[in-house]
Amino acid sequence: MNPSSAKSRRAFLFKLSLLLNGAVGAVLAVPILGYILGPALKKGSSYNSWIALGAVSEFPEGETRLVDYLNPVTTPWDGETGKVACWVRHIAGEQFQVFAINCAHLGCPVRWFAQSKLFLCPCHGGAYYADGSRASGPPPRGLFEYKHKIDGNKLMISAGEMPTLATEACNKKLLIQIDRSS
Amino acid sequence: MTKLKHRGIELYNWIEHRLGLAKPIVEAAEHPIPASSASWWYVFGSAAMVLVVLQVVTGILLALVYVPSASQAWNSLQFLNHNLTLGWFLRAVHGWGSNFMIAIVLIHMTQVFLFGAYKFPRELTWIVGVLLLLLTLGMAFTGQVLRFDQDAYWGLGIGASISSRVPGVGALLVHALLGGPIIGGATLSRFFALHVFVIPGILLASIGVHVWMVLRLGINEWPMPGRLVRKSTYERQYHELVQKNGMPFVPDAAWKDAVFAAAVLLAVIACAFFFGPFGPSGQPDPTIIQTAPKPDFAFLFIYAVLAFLPPSLETPFLLIVPVIVIGALLLLPLVAGEGEKHWSRRPVAVLMVALIAVTLGVFTRLGTYTPWSPIMDAWTSDPTPTQYLRGRTPLERQGALVLQEKQCRDCHSLGGLGGLRGPSLDSIAARMTEDQITRQVLQGGGNMPSYGNALNPAETTALVHFLLTLRGQDLTPAVDASRGLARH
Repeated sequence: MNPSSAKSRRAFLFKLSLLLNGAVGAVLAVPILGYILGPALKKGSSYNSWIALGAVSEFPEGETRLVDYLNPVTTPWDGETGKVACWVRHIAGEQFQVFAINCAHLGCPVRWFAQSKLFLCPCHGGAYYADGSRASGPPPRGLFEYKHKIDGNKLMISAGEMPTLATEACNKKLLIQIDRSS
Repeated sequence: MTKLKHRGIELYNWIEHRLGLAKPIVEAAEHPIPASSASWWYVFGSAAMVLVVLQVVTGILLALVYVPSASQAWNSLQFLNHNLTLGWFLRAVHGWGSNFMIAIVLIHMTQVFLFGAYKFPRELTWIVGVLLLLLTLGMAFTGQVLRFDQDAYWGLGIGASISSRVPGVGALLVHALLGGPIIGGATLSRFFALHVFVIPGILLASIGVHVWMVLRLGINEWPMPGRLVRKSTYERQYHELVQKNGMPFVPDAAWKDAVFAAAVLLAVIACAFFFGPFGPSGQPDPTIIQTAPKPDFAFLFIYAVLAFLPPSLETPFLLIVPVIVIGALLLLPLVAGEGEKHWSRRPVAVLMVALIAVTLGVFTRLGTYTPWSPIMDAWTSDPTPTQYLRGRTPLERQGALVLQEKQCRDCHSLGGLGGLRGPSLDSIAARMTEDQITRQVLQGGGNMPSYGNALNPAETTALVHFLLTLRGQDLTPAVDASRGLARH
């Protein structure tokens, strides 16, 4: 065998070995990506399940109350962060509205003020009316609302993930904007 | 004694014969630099590097105790603060070290920009530097999350909400950021891995590349007005400058770096000792909603900007502006790689630095007192000024009670107390007539909610009558000019 063909053979073998490692890398990349993106690729709705918030009689008519529940998907090391708060508005009879605690602007916890019938956000001053519709400030829409039903005498909501503009608790159209010129 | 010395040299030679690192290190340390660069203006980069070492060391020490679990992180921070000898001090040094590092990196960047040091052949050094700035800010943000308190929890909420605005992949990004459906254990573990492994790894490697290029290309010479950078001639000129008028970096210039680094370290230690550690604030329990979350100092300007964007502009602004800013920083040396280096011949550059500094300063200042946020307890805690009640009719006084009880004070101040979201009401009757006040209260508008549903007619009447008494220092009441005309 002459030296030049031996050299080209070694160069070929080296390229082949690179290719081999590339293939092994690709095989390894699949489970790694699947592992990293697993929680991200799971469909949002699959996190949701029906949760009982309490008996209907626990919510006086005409009042809006803070309720917390344990998220249906938690790990033992979530601690307090496994809990979620929401606002329950009992309009009358079997009519309810259940709002997410998270402001539609950037997710800060809104507070209900019964006297002025407003939800106010501490972060950037977003304000909402009693029915969750946008009143003023930077939020692009009204409060996120959970789907709810009454099962026997229990108020149930469908919840499981943090509501944001992309992961809404309930699909509701963007509210018409209040004059933003001033 | 001489025998011991001899043995020592022998040992050194034995190691060096095998390792071979001492020679290149000494050569690098003694590399010649232009005499003009042995300046106090050239000490910030090395100080930033010393701070990185401080952060790594204190970070490892904190990791000996910190528990990266959503259920225990806050408790372990309390334990560090109160139960462990000098745990509070280590946390304080790490926290203040982070603030100093951001400050020094920004000063370093400004100096490099004003001295034109990013120009040929140091373009890539600047680009890696921009990456280092982003990594530093990434460390600051992820570090703030590891201080797992209320601010960290709701800060993650803000991060998730911003991610959710990306069209198409918003939900995917939210879940990737949180590591699950809600902010919880998986989220903290993710940020722990980023803060402790991923970002520091990239950061240290990038610092290596950054410093390698500084050594390879030589430190920027002191710029002179009129001495232009040309790609064809610069490297020869620089070489001549160093040949003719150079000095070894160690020790001729390095002593200034060392003195400044020591001063910075001392300042960090002093701040840590006198001001103590940052937080943690309240425990990260999302059912405790009596909180006004706020990011750390370095991110206050973003928090402030987010309060002023109109809703329709917010998403495009959030997604486009960072790309433009980072893109501009990265492209700067490629676009302006030649020409004048001296600041006195670069007015646009100087004005840009001034403009950016003032902008960041103003928004950060606003972020410290958040005038856009309602003050949630003003309605129960701020007194009505007595001069606004003296000599008033029962109806007007009733109106003062309505104003208090309906939380108007959360957004409007009286006598300097109350929220700053809306205008102060001290002289409202000098600006608005009775009709205008009534309309504004009932229908809202101009960023004020309408109170038509929250007030009954009696309350509205009382409130408006009280507001009509508020005329500042006895200003003339506002009048509707058309009223007079209509009467005639």
